[in-house]
This record gives sequence, C-alpha cells and structure tokens, in this order.
Amino acid sequence: MRIAAIGFCLFALIGCERDRRELRPAPTRLAIFKDAARESDLQPGGVHSEPQVQNPYSGNAYAISEGQRLFSWYNCAGCHANGGGGMGPPLIKDQWTYGGQPANLFDTIVKGRPNGMPSWGGRIPEYQVWQLVAYIRSLNHEEPVTATPPRSDHIQQDSGTLMNKPGGGTR
Amino acid sequence: MIHQSAIDAAGRQAAQIQGLFWFFIVLLGGIFLIVVALMLGPLFCRHRGLDREPLEQTHTPSIETERKLTHRVGWATGLTVLILLGLVVLSVSTGRSISGGNPPANALTVEIVGNQWWWYIRYLNEDASRVLVTANEMHIPIGRPIVIRGSSHDVIHSFWIPNLHGKRDLIPSHTTTEWFQADHEGRYRGQCAEFCGLQHAHMALWVVAETPAQFDSWMDLQLRPAPAPSDAVKQKGQRIFLDHACVLCHAIRGTTAAAEQAPDLTHLASRSTIGAGTLPNTRGNLADWIADPQNSKPGNHMATVALSREDMPPLLTYLESLK
Amino acid sequence: MIARTMEETRDVLSRTWSSRGGLAGWFSITTHQEIGKRYITTAFIFLLIGGIEALLMRLQLARPDNTLLSAQRYNQIFTLHGTTMMFLFAVPVMEGMGVYLVPLMLGTRNVAFPRLNAFGYWMYLMGGLFLYAGTFSNSIPDAGWFSYPPLSGPQFSPGKGLDVWGQMITYTEISAMCVAVELIVTIFKMRAPGMSLHRIPMFCWAMLVQSFMVLFAMPAVMLASTVMLVNDRTIGTHFMNPAEGGDPLLYQHVFWFFGHPEVYIIFIPALGMVSSILEANTQRGIFGYSAMVLSLVANGFIAFGLWVHHMFATGLPQIGEAYFTTASMMIGITSGVQIFCWLATLWTGRLRLTAAMHFVFGFIFIFVLGGLTGIMLASIPFDLQAHDTFFVVAHFHYVLIGGALFPLFGGFHYWFPKFNGRLLDEKLGKLTFWTLFLGFNLTFFPMHVLGLNGMTRRIYTYPAEMGWGPANLLATIGALVIALGGIFFIVNVLRSRQSGAVSDNNPWKAGTLEWEPASPPEKYNFELQPVVTGRYPLWEAPEKRAAVTGMREDRREVIVTSVMDGVPQFRMVLPGSSIWPFLTALGFGIGLAGSVVWFSWYFVASALGMFGLIGWFWPYEPGEIEP
Repeated sequence: MRIAAIGFCLFALIGCERDRRELRPAPTRLAIFKDAARESDLQPGGVHSEPQVQNPYSGNAYAISEGQRLFSWYNCAGCHANGGGGMGPPLIKDQWTYGGQPANLFDTIVKGRPNGMPSWGGRIPEYQVWQLVAYIRSLNHEEPVTATPPRSDHIQQDSGTLMNKPGGGTR
Repeated sequence: MIHQSAIDAAGRQAAQIQGLFWFFIVLLGGIFLIVVALMLGPLFCRHRGLDREPLEQTHTPSIETERKLTHRVGWATGLTVLILLGLVVLSVSTGRSISGGNPPANALTVEIVGNQWWWYIRYLNEDASRVLVTANEMHIPIGRPIVIRGSSHDVIHSFWIPNLHGKRDLIPSHTTTEWFQADHEGRYRGQCAEFCGLQHAHMALWVVAETPAQFDSWMDLQLRPAPAPSDAVKQKGQRIFLDHACVLCHAIRGTTAAAEQAPDLTHLASRSTIGAGTLPNTRGNLADWIADPQNSKPGNHMATVALSREDMPPLLTYLESLK
Repeated sequence: MIARTMEETRDVLSRTWSSRGGLAGWFSITTHQEIGKRYITTAFIFLLIGGIEALLMRLQLARPDNTLLSAQRYNQIFTLHGTTMMFLFAVPVMEGMGVYLVPLMLGTRNVAFPRLNAFGYWMYLMGGLFLYAGTFSNSIPDAGWFSYPPLSGPQFSPGKGLDVWGQMITYTEISAMCVAVELIVTIFKMRAPGMSLHRIPMFCWAMLVQSFMVLFAMPAVMLASTVMLVNDRTIGTHFMNPAEGGDPLLYQHVFWFFGHPEVYIIFIPALGMVSSILEANTQRGIFGYSAMVLSLVANGFIAFGLWVHHMFATGLPQIGEAYFTTASMMIGITSGVQIFCWLATLWTGRLRLTAAMHFVFGFIFIFVLGGLTGIMLASIPFDLQAHDTFFVVAHFHYVLIGGALFPLFGGFHYWFPKFNGRLLDEKLGKLTFWTLFLGFNLTFFPMHVLGLNGMTRRIYTYPAEMGWGPANLLATIGALVIALGGIFFIVNVLRSRQSGAVSDNNPWKAGTLEWEPASPPEKYNFELQPVVTGRYPLWEAPEKRAAVTGMREDRREVIVTSVMDGVPQFRMVLPGSSIWPFLTALGFGIGLAGSVVWFSWYFVASALGMFGLIGWFWPYEPGEIEP
C-alpha cells in the first residue's frame, strides 16, 4: 500500500508541471513588447503604423563618421568588408534577413544573429551601437546625403599601415 | 616646471640648432638695431645740411646727394647679398651636419605612428622576439643615435621633442625619417606639432633618456608579458577588462587582448602619464579617465564604458599591477 | 563738339557719371570710387570680426587649463580668424584701396572694366556672407585656415563646415581676379597722356605687380580648395586619399604655391602706400625709383619660388629643400633694397611727422623685425624647431601687421581727406599709432619666446607646468591694448566725418595726381583729363600743366594710351550703371552656395549666371545724356 502511495506521488510529480493549467497569468507576464524590433512587415489584424524606436543620431554627420571609425576599429569589415560582404552578408542591400530599420539593426548588433554574427551587447555602449547603425544606414543611402561622407579614406584593401608589419617597414 | 624648450638642448642636434639660433640672434639683432638707428636718425638730424638742398623747386636733392645715396644704398645691398649668401651656406651646412646622408650604423630604430591623439611606438630589432610595442612614453639610451621612422594612421601629425631635435611630420602613406641623439640623461617632453583635430592640444609624448644599462633593463622589463594577476582582486580586474569594451581596442600581452587601435597597456603602470600626457598616472586619474574619458580629453576616441561601482576598484588594482 | 562753360561741363559730367537713385540704382553703381569704398568698408567690418575672434582666442589662452572655450569652439574660432583675416580682410582691403586710388593716380575717370569691378565686389560680399551664414547654422570650419587633408577630408571632418570653407574661397578668389584683371588693363592702357611707365606712382607699380601675382596664385588655391578638397569631400574623388593613389602632400604643394605669394599679394600694395606717404611727408620724390620698381617686380617673381618653406618638416629631399632656403633668404634682398631706398628718402627729405608718418616708422620697425625672423625661419635646421609653434605665429603677425596693416592705417590717415573731404584728427591719430604699436609688440613679441619654449600652434589650452602662463597673459593684455587702439581709430573716423577740419584738394602738398581733384573728388574725378610731363605732376610748375580737351562729357568717355609711353591712342566709352553685374553675381553666388549641399546646384549656378551674363553683354548703344 505504501509503495503504491509513493509510486502514485512520483507519478504526480512527473506530471505536475506539464499538466498545470495557468488560467490567470502572473502580472509580470502581461507585458506586450510594443518596442520590439519587428522582423516582419505583417501584423495580424492589420498593420498599425506605430513609430518604431528611432535612431537618436539619424542625420548627424559626426555620428555617421564615428560609426565609420567604429566599423573599422571593431573589425566589422572582417566579415562584412566595406559593406559588400565576405564571410558575412553584405550590408548594402534591399532585402534584410532580420530587417533593415534602425531598430532592427540595433537588435542585430546587440543580440547577434545565427551563423556567426557576434552579440555586442554588454561590450560596447549603446551610443556606439546607434553610431554604427547610422553608418550602416548611410551606406544604404538612408541618411541625408549632406551628412554622409562620399567615401572612406581607406577604400583600398591594401596591406595596411606600418602597424601590421612585423619588424617594421611599409607598403 | 617642464622645459620643453628648443633652447635647452640635451642632444647634439638640438645643441647645433641652438648654436645657430644664437648666432642668428646676435647677427640679425645687430642688423635690426642698425636699421632702427638709421630710421630714427632723420628724426634727430632733421635740418642738418638740408637747407642747402633745392627741394622746394625740384623736390629732388642735388645730384651729389643722389650720387652719395646711390653709393651707400649700393654698398648696403651688396652687404645684404653677401650676408644672406653666408647665411644660406651656414644653414645648409648645419643641416647636413646634423642629419645629412644616411643614418649612422649603430642607431636604434624606432617606428612612431601618429594616431588621433596618441603615439604608437615600436622598437625595431632584427631579432623578432625583441621588437617592443608600446605607447606614449619611450626610453632611449644616451650617446646612441635614435632613428625615428614615422608615419600616421589617420591625419597628419608631427613628432617633436624640442630638447632633442626639430620636428618631423607624420604623414599617412609616407614614411618620414629623422635621427637624433640624447647626450644628457633626463625626461623630455614632446608634443604633436601639426594640428590634428579636437585634442591636438593633449597629444604629448615623454622621452626618458637614460644610461645604456638602465635602458637595457627597461627594455627587458617591457618585453616581458604582463604579470599574471597575483590575487583574486587582480584576477577580477582582469576579468572585467576582458569582459568589457576594453579588450576590443587595447592590448595586454599575456592575455587574449591583442587589439592595436588604442595604446598598448601591457606595462601601463610603468608610465608617468595617461592619455598621452594628459593626466599624471595615478589611481584617481585612472578612475576618472576610465569612468569618463570625455571629461579630460573631450572628443577622444575612447569609448565611455559604464562600469558599476563594484567593478572599478578591482580593475584599477589590476591596471596598477601592470608595471 | 559743343562749346560749354566749365560750369556747364561740370553739370553734364555729374549727370553722366551719376547712377539712378533708389535701391536699384545703388545695386547698379559701376564707378570706381563707390566700389572701392564698398570694398574698404566691408573689409573693415571683417577686420573687426576677425579681431573679436582673436580676442576670444587670447582670452582662452590667457591662463593655463582655461575653460572659456571648448576645444571644438576654439578650433572653429582660430579657423575663422585666419580665414577672415586672410581672405575676407587683407586682400580685399588692398584691392579696395587700389580700385579707389589707381584711376585717380593715373589721371583717368574709372577702371577699365567697370561692370567687372562691381561684379567682383558682389562676389566678395557674398563669399563673406556665405561663410558666416554657415557659421550661424553650425556648419563651421575647424581645420585651420589652410585645412590640411586628411584632417579636412570627408572622414575626419564630417559635416558641411569645411565644404563651406572650400567654396567660400571660390567667391573671394574670383573677386580678386576680377580686380587684378581690371587694374592691369587700367594701369597699362588708361593713363593720362604723357604718363610713361617710368612716371607712374609707386603705388600703381605695386598694384600692377600684385595684380599679376593674383592672376597666377589665385587659380592654385581654387584648385586646392574648391576642386581637390571640396570634390574629395562631396563627390568621392581621391586627390588626397592615399588608399587610392592620392597624396595629402599634393594639397600642401598646391595650397602653398598660392599661400606664399598670397602674403606678398597682401604686402606689396602696402609697400606702394608707404612710398606715397613718404613722398608727401618728405617733399621729395622717392629715392631710387628704378631700383624700387625692379625690387617690386623681382619680389613678385621670387615669391612664387618659396612655397616649400612651409613644408620643411614633411621629409622632402634635402637638396630640393636647400633651394627653397636660398630663395627664401634671397627675397630679403628685394625687401632690403626698398628699405634702404626709403631710409635714403627719409634722410634727405624735409620730414613732416604726421600721424601717417608715425605708421610708416612703425612699419619699418615691425616689418624689419618680422623679416629678420623670416630669415631665421628660412634656415631649415632652425625651422624644424620653430615650425608650427608660436614663433611662426609671431613672425607672420609681425610681417603681416607690420608690413601690411601699419601702412594701411597710415594710408587711411593719409588719404582720409581725399575720401571724405575732412582731415582725421592728428593727435588722436598719433595716439592710435602708439596704442597699436605698443599693444602689438606686447602681444606678439612674447610669442617668439613661447614658441622657442615649446608652445605649439593651435592648441586650445596648455598645462600650468609648462611655464607658458605669464607670457600668454602678457600677450592677452597686449591684445586688449590693440583693441583699444582700434577703438581710438574708429572714434577718430566717426568724429572726423562729422566735424573734422575741412580739407582742400591737397592738404599734404603731395605731387601725384590723386590730389588734384577736390576732396572728395566728383564722380568723374577730373574735369579735364590731365596731361603729364613728369613723375610728380602737382609739383611741376603750373604753366607746364596741361589737360585734354575735346572729349565728350555726355557719355563716359576716357582716353586710352599706349603701354610704354602714354601716347594717346583713341577714346573709349565706358559702360554706365548696370544691374547685371549684381544679378550675375547673385546667380553664381546662389548656385555655388547650394552646390555645397547638392552637387546639381553647380548647374543652377551656371544657368543663373549665364542669364546674368546674357544681360550683361547684351549689345547697347553707349549711353548718352541730354546736354
């Protein structure tokens, strides 16, 4: 009898969580992520034109220039070249896998993406992410042309500066 | 007070230039005084002999006066030509003697790459294991020529240690060369001498000239990787360094941090200043610098990383251990 | 030919040479006196603005670690100071003096191309307004007045500030070239009959040499700034991009090929002014006229061979650099000859110590000192220590302020009665001189020491341990004294215009032709164009003076003479007032301004400008006034 009772409780334990029905969710679970970066243009019940999170540096020449610098310093070019892509996808395109809006780009950089995009959140401060977003948007002509530099000073993928040569020497 | 001065020479190149300078001052100063005296002369000698000149009618002095003047102006011009030619010869020969021809054979070659707003320094050596990368402070042995091979990573900068030699521009895509020699021990401050942007004013460099023995021991110390953290606090500090944005730009040999975008920190604690001469290297300044780099050097490229109050002290302790 | 009394002649001339009233009339004026005065007034306003910028810089540097100006603000202000002084004050004010004085000195009624003259002024004004409009909209250049790339390139100077800077140069250099062209032709072809080249005043020689220099130098700066830099920044060219085969040093070479002659362009007219003032105040012709002329011409040529002395630290080959050392020292000979000739004139003339003469003495003192530090800088080893330090700042302020500004102020005191009909107050003028002289030396002499003690240029602050504080404080106090001198001058001008002593046509008893007409001259300058038989027509015996008769007064007629000997060749009719120069300048101006933001506006500029030019060149009958 006792064994049957213990066995019955063990069964109950196995099934407890699985079969629990939470009819009234806890208040902490009621949030609706309005600010989430949408990766799809479709919304059930019709599209609401809600403004997404804006890039605070949009249109700012200094921020775009800083984004250009950080793109090089943080070696984004290592996978994305100068926007044309290499190991990683190009950053100058119309079809963005995870969305090309500023909020999407912010998300991609902060969270990382499958198949190799590192997660930069927790490493670089938020303002630098927005600067990078502004720069990438400028590559796609989504920033005013007056704020966008027409070219980089390092287009040519050459052997680089003195710093990369062991023992010194240039060119 | 810091004597970052071109007329306080501590090396043979600067000394020769200083000598040339004083020669100029004496010669040209004398010429200046003579010209001023000649200029003021008429004020005091206004009417001497002039009443005899027929100026009212012709507005020209007599023919003899004009001839005398032509004579004198001619002599003065001739003398000017000779003096200037002499000065040309003097300048060119001084230039040759301080840096003509090829760099001397036993020179120590140091590569300097200007960045906005810090100095990348690499001591070259045929033995690859003795190539040293550091930043913002360099030691040199006295009595030995130092060849600087300079370039820039971004805009045009200029390498200048007035006590030791004149300046040399650091131009991207060019390599410029100069050499100098320190003859007196001491600490000499230099400064970027080509406007390079927002913080051109805070791009200083310290050169420590010491005996060859002291230099060799400094070099040996610098070549070693950073000491491993010796206690839990320093270990936590290293962890914080590697977990935050620091590792993305700074290198500390002996750890996984190997980026070259920002100054090498392997032996940070052996340097007297931080921020390329902006602040003395103390714990308080280091905290201030890390917490808000834009405070002391607004516009500089170091990221503002928000560290919690618990994270800062171990990080500082770790950085202070990088002697 | 209609027989008229002198009085009727004057009436008809007045009407011929007047412009319509009202706003349209004001924009249509093409007489050289009015345009010259506009240049001078506008340039003086820019001088005041540049001076305020200088005061701000000095206040920031007065103490170590000062926080009056942020780094960015300081960088913007020193850039604006240099740009304003060099492009918007120094060259235009000399042009203005030339435009006003040269026709009067040559005995003619206007410059050779009156509408071009007006066009040049409007372009200059628009350039200045364009730069400061950018300033008020936060697009402020901050890379220094010569803006070296890569710092000034697209990557390191984001935003529009430097595009505004580069494009502004287009306006001011077009303006300078307009004046240069018209002065050359006026000086060569529109002189009083009998005025051979050997008889023209020294100031006209100076303006002639300067104008030729402008023609060769200004295109170089337009190439460097507008073409290379602005295109690199806006349409992705690679002139100075090393990664794609360009070179930052290319900009330096092209810029300094302009930059060095530029300072002589500023300084040579001042030398002409010194000669004029000296002749009148010693009552003798300048000693060594031929030597002076040859020195000026040699100066103009040699000035184009010096530019690398701004680049001695860039690692160019030593032999090449040695050539530039030689040339930079040799130019001391041409300046030296002129100084010796002036000293000879001083010693053998009847010296009259007016306020203007004070400025001449101040010029000699300050300019010679600056020239001697220039000789020092020509020597490469020393230059490598002094380059880009306050020693150079001291040097160029000594030669520019001493060599150009002091003669200019002397010229203001000397020619003020001619411009305005009243004399400036002599006592206040002398006080102005002493204040400016002492203030200047107090400001800039300590900078020699600062530079030698390691203080580099263009730093917004410095640590206290450097020991630079006391000298900087002295310099700041000196700057305030200079400002006081400026105030004295402005007070003098404003008071004297109202209530200064009325002047006759020749208060200084000078010998050159600008002193023949009344003060101020009528718009037609001379009732009858003079005929000259010597270098100093007003010092000739009255019975020897002659004039041209038989010219028509009912249209703007002048005599054209041969280049060498001033033999009259034919009569020329100059155009009257015209709104088209203004409209053309407006068209080009709007287009060039917009092109900084949208490249396609270059086409707008061309279209609008073309419209203006069509109106300008539309054929017309020479305007005739009813007698």
